[in-house]
Amino acid sequence: MSTRMIIRRLGGGLLVLWLVSILTFLLVHLIPGDPAEVIAGENATVADVTRIRAELGLDRPVLTQYVTWLSGVLRGDLGNSLFTDKSVVTSIAEVAPPTLVITVLAIVVAVLVGVSAGTVAGLTQGSRVDRLVSTLATLGIAMPSFWLAMVLVSVFALTNTWLPATGYASLAEGFGTWLSHLVLPATALGLATAAELARHTRGCVADVLTRPYVRTARARGASGAWLVRRHILRNAAIPVVTVLGLQAGRLLGGAIVIEAVFGISGLGTLAVNAVLQRNYPVIQGYVLLCAVVVVLLNLIVDLAYGWINPKVRTA
Amino acid sequence: MTPLLSVEGLTIDLPGRQPGLVEDVTFQVREGHCTALIGESGCGKTLTSMAILGLLPAAVRVSAGAVWFDGVDLLACTPRQLRRIRGGPVGMVFQEPMSSLNPTMTVGDQIAEARRLHLGERRKTALARARELLERVGIPNAARRIGSYPHEMSGGMQQRVMIAAAIACEPKLIIADEPTTALDVTIQAEILALLRDLQRDLDLAVLLVTHDLGVVADFCDDVVVMYAGHIAERTTVDGLFYQPGHPYSSALLAAVPQVGQARSRLTVIPGRVPSAGGFPAGCRFEPRCAHAEPPCREPQPDAPLGDGLTRCGRVASGELTLQGALRG
Amino acid sequence: MTLATKRSSAPTNPSVPRTSPAGRIVRSVLRRPSGATAAGFLIVLVILAVAGPLIYPHDPDAQDLANRFAGLSWPHPLGTDEFGRDVASRIIQAARIALAAPLISVGVALLIGLPFGLWAGLRRGIVDAVAGRLADTILSLPAMVGALAILAVLGPGLVNAMVAIGIIFAPGLFRVVRGATLAVAEETFVHSAVAIGSPTRRTLWVHILPNIAAPLLVQVTILMGVALLAEASLSFIGLGVQPPDASWGSMLKAAYTNQFDAPYSVVPPGIAMVLTVLAFNTIGDAIRDAVGLRRGR
Repeated sequence: MSTRMIIRRLGGGLLVLWLVSILTFLLVHLIPGDPAEVIAGENATVADVTRIRAELGLDRPVLTQYVTWLSGVLRGDLGNSLFTDKSVVTSIAEVAPPTLVITVLAIVVAVLVGVSAGTVAGLTQGSRVDRLVSTLATLGIAMPSFWLAMVLVSVFALTNTWLPATGYASLAEGFGTWLSHLVLPATALGLATAAELARHTRGCVADVLTRPYVRTARARGASGAWLVRRHILRNAAIPVVTVLGLQAGRLLGGAIVIEAVFGISGLGTLAVNAVLQRNYPVIQGYVLLCAVVVVLLNLIVDLAYGWINPKVRTA
Repeated sequence: MTPLLSVEGLTIDLPGRQPGLVEDVTFQVREGHCTALIGESGCGKTLTSMAILGLLPAAVRVSAGAVWFDGVDLLACTPRQLRRIRGGPVGMVFQEPMSSLNPTMTVGDQIAEARRLHLGERRKTALARARELLERVGIPNAARRIGSYPHEMSGGMQQRVMIAAAIACEPKLIIADEPTTALDVTIQAEILALLRDLQRDLDLAVLLVTHDLGVVADFCDDVVVMYAGHIAERTTVDGLFYQPGHPYSSALLAAVPQVGQARSRLTVIPGRVPSAGGFPAGCRFEPRCAHAEPPCREPQPDAPLGDGLTRCGRVASGELTLQGALRG
Repeated sequence: MTLATKRSSAPTNPSVPRTSPAGRIVRSVLRRPSGATAAGFLIVLVILAVAGPLIYPHDPDAQDLANRFAGLSWPHPLGTDEFGRDVASRIIQAARIALAAPLISVGVALLIGLPFGLWAGLRRGIVDAVAGRLADTILSLPAMVGALAILAVLGPGLVNAMVAIGIIFAPGLFRVVRGATLAVAEETFVHSAVAIGSPTRRTLWVHILPNIAAPLLVQVTILMGVALLAEASLSFIGLGVQPPDASWGSMLKAAYTNQFDAPYSVVPPGIAMVLTVLAFNTIGDAIRDAVGLRRGR
C-alpha cells in the first residue's frame, strides 16, 4: 500500500477517534437532570455533590470542559476514578493485560480454526466434512460465547480437571501456567468468530474455485497444496481479511462476558463495575481505549489487505 | 506419419441430466501444424478442448472416446501423469486474459510456475527464464515487467503473458481457446501474428478454438467444423474456403462479409443452435438449412469426403455441391 | 453490506403488481424445510410466551427448598433450580422476555435508523453526511462497549439494556435503509413518480418502502437473534434483567453460580437460546435467499 494511502487511512482513524472522544465526553451530559446528583447517588451529601461537580468540571461551560478534558486526554490524563484516588490510566493499565491477551489469542483461535475449516469445506463442497463444518458454523454463530464458555469449563475443568476453571495467571508464574489459564477463555471467545470466518472462507474458496485463473493454473500442472496455497487461498483471503477486521472489534466487546465467566478481572470487569457505580471517568477511559484498539486493528487489517491484494497496493 | 494429437470418438455428458453435450468427435492435430476447431458458441468446441487435458467442470464427464497424445491416451492417465503433461508438453492459452491470470501473483511468477513445477527449477532460475520469455513474446522492458501484476497491463499484454506461460516448458502442442476473442481488433492481429511466429520458430502444433473464420484463413492447415455437439465437416483450410462439404460450413462462409477481414462475426444464419437434449433426430442443421430436403430428417451418418468427412448425406452422395467463398 | 437490488429497465414499480411481495417472501421461506421448521419453532415460542400461565407445569416462582437441584423427572421434566423452582416452567416464562427484549431493541433501531436512512437516501446532502459520519463513529466501537457506555447513562435494567442495544443497532440499520433507498431512488420509476408530481410522502409509501422491505426484513430478522444474544450477555453480567425476573441469560448466570451442585443446569436455558437465535438466523437467511440478496454484511 502506498504511503499516501496509509496516511489517508491514518487520518480517517484519527477523525473517528476524535468523534468518539466527543461522544464519550457528551456521555456525562446526556444524563437527565443534574449529572452530579445522579452520579453521587441518593444518599449523597451536598458536599459530595459539589465535590463531584467540581471533579467533573460540570460548573463550567461545556466547550471549555471539552477542551480541558481533551487536552488532558491527549497528555494521557483521563482524570481520576470517582471512588478511589487512583488515576483512570493506572486503573486501566492494571487490568488491561489479561483482556488484551485473551482478545489477541481469540483472534488467533478464530483464524486458525475458522480459516482452515472453511478452506477444507470450500475445497470439498457437498462432502460430509463440508456439511459438518457448515452445521457447526451455523450453530457457532447462534451460540452465546459465554454459554460455550460454561460448557467448556464443565467439560475441561470440572468433569475432567485438565485446565483451570477460573482466574488469570501472569506470565511471571511460568509460561505453562499462564497459557493454561488462557486456553479456555480464548477458545470460548474465538469460536463464534471462527464460525463466522469458516462460513465466509468457505464461500470465498468456493467462489475462487470457479475463477478462470484457477483453471489456468491447473492447465499449467499446478495441483494439491501448491494450487491451494498460491492460487486459491491468497485470492480467497482478500474478502476474508475484511470480515476479520469487523470481527476483531467484536471480540474486544465479547471479552467483557468471558471475563465474567472465568472470574478474570480485566477491562470488562472494570467497565461493568464502572457502569454500576456510574464512575464516568473510568467509562470514558474504557470507551476511548477500545476505540483506539479498534482503529489500530483496522489499520493493521488495511495493511494486511494491501499486502494480500496487489490492486490496492499499487492503486 | 502419426499425428501428434488424435481425438477419437470423444463423447461428453452431463451425467444424470444431459447426455451428448459433445458426441463422437474425431480429429487430429499434426506435428507443427495448426488445426482449427470452429463453430458458433454452444456447439461444444470449448468443452472438447478442455476435455483433452481433463479440465472439464466437475459436473461434466467424458463417457467415451480416447485422446492420444504422443502415444499416450490422456483420458486413461492417472491424475499424476496428466499433471506432467499439463503445462509441460501441452500448453494452454485461454480466452479472457484478465480473468485467466491470477490477480495476486506477478506475471513473472505465473510464467515461471510451469518451469518450477515441471523442471524443478528454483524460483530465481525460473524467473530469469520468464524474463527471456517475456522478451520473446514482445513485451518491452521485460526485466521490470516481470514484477508487474496482471491488472497493471493492457489486455494485449496480458494475452502475451499467457502465451509466454504456455510456451515456458517448450511444449509440442498449444491449445488456444479463443485467444483473441476478448481483445480489440488491432490487438487481435498482433496476437495472431505472434502465435504464428512462435508456431513457425518453435515448430509448435496448435489446436485453435475459434468462431472467427478470418483467423482460420490466416493461420490454420486443417479445419474441424462443429455444430450442435458433433462434427459437421472435417477438411483442410483450402477445402473449407474453396469447396465446403457441409451446408453449415457454407452458411458460415456466407455470413462473413469478406474473408480475411478481422472481427467477422457469425450472425446471419437464421434460427438458433439447438441445445443438447433438443437436437433434431435427423441432421441437426436441417431446421436452419437452406438446402434441406425431406430425407435430411433421417439420421445422417458421417461419410468420407476427400481427406476429411462430412455429415451431410446430400453432399456425400454428390447430390449437392456447395459454393465456397473463394473460387479456384 | 452490498445490496444487489434488481435493476428494472422499465419505468414501472415492480412492487405494484397485485401479487403482494410480502406474500411471495413468506411462501418462499415456508417452502424451504429449514425455513418452515424455524417459523414453526418461533410460532410455538410465541404461543408459549402468550399462553404461558395456562400451560406451565408448575408456578415458575414457587419455591420448594426440599427439592433443590432435582434431576430430570416426570413432575420436573427439566429438573429444578437452586430454590427448587421448576426449570421447565421458568424457561417458558422467560420466553416472553426472549421475544419482547429483541423487539424493543429492533423497534428502537427502526425508530432511529428508518427515518434517517430514508431521508439520507432520498435527499443526500448534509443530513446524509452528518448521519453517515455519526453512524461510522458508533459502528467503530464494538457493540458491547457502546452498549455499556449508553447503559452508564441510562442505568442498568432490562428495558434500558435493550434500548441501549437498539441505539447500537441503529447505525447498521441506517446504512441498510440508506443504501437500499439510494438504489431505489435512482430507478426510473421513482424519477417518473416525482416527475408526475407525486408528493414525497406518497413516493415514500408507495414506491420506496415496498422496494427496500426485503433488505430491511433480512436485517431485522438477523438483529432479533443478535439482540437476544446481547440481552443474555448483559443479563449475565448483571446489567440486564434484574432478579427475581428471569431471562434465559439470567437463568444461565444462576446455573453457572451453582455449577458445582448441578453441572448440567446450564444446558436447558442455553439450548432454548441457541434454538431461538438459530430460528431467527435461519429465517433471515431464507428471506435473503428468497429475494436474491447477496450474502454479506
